[in-house]
Amino acid sequence: MTRETHAGPLRPVEERLRTLLVRSLEGDAASYRAFLQDLTGHLRALLRKRLYCLPHDIEDVVQEILLAVHNGRHTWRPDEPLTAWINAIARYKLTDHLRARSRREALQEPLDEEAELFAASDTEPADARRDVHKLLDQLPDRQRLPIVHVKLQGLSVEETSRLTGLSESAVKVGVHRGLRALAMKIRGIS
Amino acid sequence: MKTDDLISMLATGVTPVERHVAAKGFTRALTFGAMGALAIVILGYGVRQDIATLVHAPLFWAKLAWPTCLAVAALAAVVRLGRPGRAVGGWWAGLATPVALVWLAALLMLWLAPPGTREHLLMGRTWRSCSFNIALISLPAFAAELWAARALAPTRLRLTGAVAGLIAGTTGALAYSLRCPEMSVPFWATWYLVGMSIPTAAGALLGPTLLRW
Repeated sequence: MTRETHAGPLRPVEERLRTLLVRSLEGDAASYRAFLQDLTGHLRALLRKRLYCLPHDIEDVVQEILLAVHNGRHTWRPDEPLTAWINAIARYKLTDHLRARSRREALQEPLDEEAELFAASDTEPADARRDVHKLLDQLPDRQRLPIVHVKLQGLSVEETSRLTGLSESAVKVGVHRGLRALAMKIRGIS
Repeated sequence: MKTDDLISMLATGVTPVERHVAAKGFTRALTFGAMGALAIVILGYGVRQDIATLVHAPLFWAKLAWPTCLAVAALAAVVRLGRPGRAVGGWWAGLATPVALVWLAALLMLWLAPPGTREHLLMGRTWRSCSFNIALISLPAFAAELWAARALAPTRLRLTGAVAGLIAGTTGALAYSLRCPEMSVPFWATWYLVGMSIPTAAGALLGPTLLRW
């Protein structure tokens, strides 16, 4: 309903991202990569505004939101507006991040306007201060090895299973749980 | 790690996403919770002796219908709370309606009852233990419902915890109905509600810790 009112530049972005995400959920890696890259630009632009006093946090929060979008991607349904879904996740992660920095309360400004998310894009990255590789080392082997082989080296689940001695379903579960654990760890140290 | 590296990590080796995760998760949770609750009632408390005649009493079915309606609304609400950006909307009214109806009936019965019998209608013989029993019986369901809610992506953790706790509470209330000797509406309207509120409050309390993601 409200989406109809954001005519203009937002609809094409929402439509493009929606198409990409629908394909991603069917297992299309190229679409998923494009989706995440596109989304990253929008998130970065949004967070530049929201975190203008904490410029070093921007890339950290972008990564937290990307991981959250990944871990929660099964909760989006194509019949729901994508903007509202991503905005709720971004707001949740940003609030979480700011709560961790609760000393600077003046910055607790929620993302209220859905229109803002897709209004601008910013693809110029800054470096995140955290190293996800280091966080990965803290995970137990049954989660770390599946992520290293499947997600970083690009091996198939079957190959990873042979290499690690874990069953194929254990590899899949390890990737899934490992990425959730990674999201918790990222949050913990920010 | 650069964000581009994170993106390629996330996009590498993606598999099609499983469908109907919420439905499957809560079906499992409801089954586990119901079996746990029934086991506690049957093995721990024992079912009412007159259960065979009870199934012909409309009042007994009314007693079951009330937590059932509450459970349906709570399930619908928790699934929506588990999806970021999704409004619960009309289901809040769905939660309030069964409670309001039972209270209305209870007040009506208390009002119509002869003054001397009112206290018994409200307190019955088991008011001291009823709420506590319901909370105890709902424990397995409580763990299962919160586990199921964790598999989604709730962004309002306290509220989600509370509604998941309420589902557990309704499971406990339904199972306890097989044992509970009280057949007065004012009694259920009070002590069953208190009993279901205990896991609800526990869910609200633990939600922010247990449901973070």
